[in-house]
Amino acid sequence: MTAPVDVTAALQAKFSQITPRPTLDHPAINVPPTEVIAVLKYLRDEFAYDFLMDITAIDWAEGVSPRFTVVWHLHSTQTHTYIRVAADCASDTEPSVPTAVELWPGANWHERETWDLMGVAFKGHPDLRRILMWDEYPYHPLRKDFPLAGIETALPDLEVAEETQAKVLPAPMVGGPFVASSAGEISPSDAEPRAKDESWNELREKPDTPNGLTPTA
Amino acid sequence: MVSANTEVAYNSKVEGAIVPTTLDSAINWIRSNSMWPMPMGLACCAIELMAVASSRFDIARFGAEVMRFSPRQSDCMIVAGTVTYKMAPHLRRIYDQMAAPKWVIAMGACASSGGMYRSYATLQGVDRIVPVDVYVSGCPPRPEALLDALIKLQNKVKGEQSFKRLSA
Repeated sequence: MTAPVDVTAALQAKFSQITPRPTLDHPAINVPPTEVIAVLKYLRDEFAYDFLMDITAIDWAEGVSPRFTVVWHLHSTQTHTYIRVAADCASDTEPSVPTAVELWPGANWHERETWDLMGVAFKGHPDLRRILMWDEYPYHPLRKDFPLAGIETALPDLEVAEETQAKVLPAPMVGGPFVASSAGEISPSDAEPRAKDESWNELREKPDTPNGLTPTA
Repeated sequence: MVSANTEVAYNSKVEGAIVPTTLDSAINWIRSNSMWPMPMGLACCAIELMAVASSRFDIARFGAEVMRFSPRQSDCMIVAGTVTYKMAPHLRRIYDQMAAPKWVIAMGACASSGGMYRSYATLQGVDRIVPVDVYVSGCPPRPEALLDALIKLQNKVKGEQSFKRLSA
């Protein structure tokens, strides 16, 4: 069974620009985007990482460069080990990396999802279109500059939009994220997720503070 | 045996095969007892819908086991599952293709109000695009809850003024 450290060392011997990535669980490496397909192919063929578990991306922030990092998670069904491969995208405004579809056909939908939600294009993908949102949706919802609740847009079908007068509205967020209170032991009545700030909701305005001043936003 | 004092309304020896009633009652009875659902099974609630149709909970007792996936042949659209904005126009089109009279049951939290998905991708309740008659809460609702909703819908139908609307 190949120990994970050997994999990283062997990779660094073959591809000079690979650096280890700080990680808490599984071995992880940073690769430049030009080398990533060669590295993935090498991992699949030489080290039996035959199972592509996930392809996703990280949006660091709007002003940060590089803004997008694409992450591949591989698993070896023979040695039962995992490895994480991360590549920073060269462009911040039109991020793209090569597709892994020729290596693993299962990458098809993962890459479509990353395109849909993050806006990272995959060069060479046979059918790169949105998977959760409709094709003409103008935004990439999981980017940092997209609000959690959504942005108001028109429904994808004009006839239906006219007939129902419905729009894609931001979802009501009513006082913050819905979380279960997490303070040690959770009693059954606390376990249900509630809005973090229950002082206001859609029907009841936020109350003023006791001395008459409105609270600052 | 019926005594002379209690006159039962329908005496088969006298009436024969004729049952006098109001047209509304007859129409509503027919409609409510043969409510053919159009299963708009989009997500997990569809599994519970299948369970309702199976032998243990048996929606066939209520005349609704005929799950017609064609909107032309169905009376009631059961929206069972999460409606994304991508699916919403198609759902409305299917609703438009159903012939009157038609009813809608919003089954489960996602169809009633968006459920746990307060997000950019999920329609916050199917009543934004179709008129809903009965809402069923639950994630997913128990099959008995869906049967309760069907009974509520039947009672609603039995109270309608169907004859007045026939020519409309």
